[in-house]
Amino acid sequence: MLEVRDLVKVFDGFVAVGGVSLDAPTGSIGAIIGPNGAGKTTLFNLITGHLRPDRGHVKLNGRDVTGIAPHDLCRLGVGRSFQRTNIFPRLTVFQNVQAAFLSHRGRGGNLMTPAERLYRDETLALLESIGLVDRAGEVAAFLSHGGQKQLELGLALALEPAVLLLDEPTAGMSATETREAIRLIARIARERGLTLLFTEHDMEVVFSISERITVLHQGRVIANGTPDEVRRDEAVRRVYLGERH
Amino acid sequence: MRARALWGPLVLVAALLVPALGSRFYTFLANDVVIWALFATSLNLLVGYTGLVSFGHAAYFGVGAYVTGILMKKLAVPFILAWPAAGVFGAACALVFGFFCVRLTRIYFAMLTLAFAQIVWAICFKWNELTGGEQGMPEIPYPDFGWIERVGGSVPLLSWRTAEYFYFLTVLLVAACLWALHRIVSSPFGRMLTTIRENAERAEFIGVNVRRYELAAFVLAGAFAGLAGGLFGIFNRGVFPDFAYWTKSSEVLIMTLLGGMGTFFGPSIGALVLILLNQQIVSYTEYWPLVLGVVLVVLLFGFPGGIAGAVGTIVGRLFRRARGAEVRGA
Repeated sequence: MLEVRDLVKVFDGFVAVGGVSLDAPTGSIGAIIGPNGAGKTTLFNLITGHLRPDRGHVKLNGRDVTGIAPHDLCRLGVGRSFQRTNIFPRLTVFQNVQAAFLSHRGRGGNLMTPAERLYRDETLALLESIGLVDRAGEVAAFLSHGGQKQLELGLALALEPAVLLLDEPTAGMSATETREAIRLIARIARERGLTLLFTEHDMEVVFSISERITVLHQGRVIANGTPDEVRRDEAVRRVYLGERH
Repeated sequence: MRARALWGPLVLVAALLVPALGSRFYTFLANDVVIWALFATSLNLLVGYTGLVSFGHAAYFGVGAYVTGILMKKLAVPFILAWPAAGVFGAACALVFGFFCVRLTRIYFAMLTLAFAQIVWAICFKWNELTGGEQGMPEIPYPDFGWIERVGGSVPLLSWRTAEYFYFLTVLLVAACLWALHRIVSSPFGRMLTTIRENAERAEFIGVNVRRYELAAFVLAGAFAGLAGGLFGIFNRGVFPDFAYWTKSSEVLIMTLLGGMGTFFGPSIGALVLILLNQQIVSYTEYWPLVLGVVLVVLLFGFPGGIAGAVGTIVGRLFRRARGAEVRGA
């Protein structure tokens, strides 16, 4: 269970996140939506310790994890992906995921064993489940954009997270790619019983897989509930109708 | 893969055969190259593997040289203790300086490493009682080869001059250090360093404590630079403040870039090429730095992977072409 209470972040007088609270019950799939600049990414960065909130707190299974370092949060079972694709470009696909296994299983302090053969099976199994096993030997930078996004998901999954935060996992993908990626993410989340929290632009996708939706607007929560509740919400309609193009 | 594993022993044997050419001068050059190869490889742990550009790596080289020199000359400590001490002091020094340096990034990191190195240089330059100050510390003794000389004197193949015994010792010790460094960069620890080089932010999010790993790399690099310095002081028959001066830091950085920081043996190749070029070109022209500058510009623009990278690319291309021909032929 991830609890976010009253988070506030102000940049030079600009209120990026102004008192956001939300719950992500264990095993649930939740989405955060909102127009550009609504504060979604800032909220993610506050939750994952990338930024320190000015006020409020984040609790993971009752434990206060507000503003702790990302590498510590990782150990507590929170994985994340980034909006801007964020991989290790000059390592191979295999090495990318393997590095995450090595780090997560605490082997990083080992100076004398060749890394080459460690966690081979785990890495290949994970690459199989995200559909990249055929590209294992390729340099990550040469993957397509969609492939890199999948790889990023793989990096997050290698940490065997209980909670997974995905910041626009389909940014820059075509409509077909988006649907496939989301199907993959939802399948993996259900298989592993993950608590999933993600942000997304494509409303169809959001309403199709989420159990709970939180709508942000100008740094505040304007609606929070099941897809049906959110669909009917007056404030949401106003915000989205106002900027429909 | 197996063919590649043979290169190390092959080069080691070739290096051990150099004195058999019978030229004192070649042995002297080879000794210089071997020590600088270790120094440059230690720097590459930072530059090539972790992505940290240090402008002050000579500090640890200098500290190592003074530690071994002072222990052997003033306190008559045997080499077997005085040399490891260079590594220990190099590491300790790197731990203290690194603690501050890894808190900064990029150019600020580089500038702070330079600042610390200049402090080390200033201390060596001014602390007359301990370091001999500006005059340095000449006449560092060779390790005691007494028993080998007694035994070897009667066996034809084993009778060499002291400088040559020291050369053999250097080759074996450097080979051991390079082997250890190679193990380190291929280990999970080494892999974590490359994730930091590739993307420090992402490394944090796969659970890597970036600063701690950077500090560990800094300390290891300092230790091996110290060991290289310890050997160099003896080889040079004296230790001088300019060992820690910024020009030494830039020299070793140039070797690393020239040879290629993307490969393990790149910096060693850089050391070999730079020292040979220096010897050769100086005898033709007084404009050696000009030639070096041109070589560097060409390399940096044409082959950013350095000599090792360029050779790798060319061999790769030839190999592919040969394979292509085979396929067409079949």
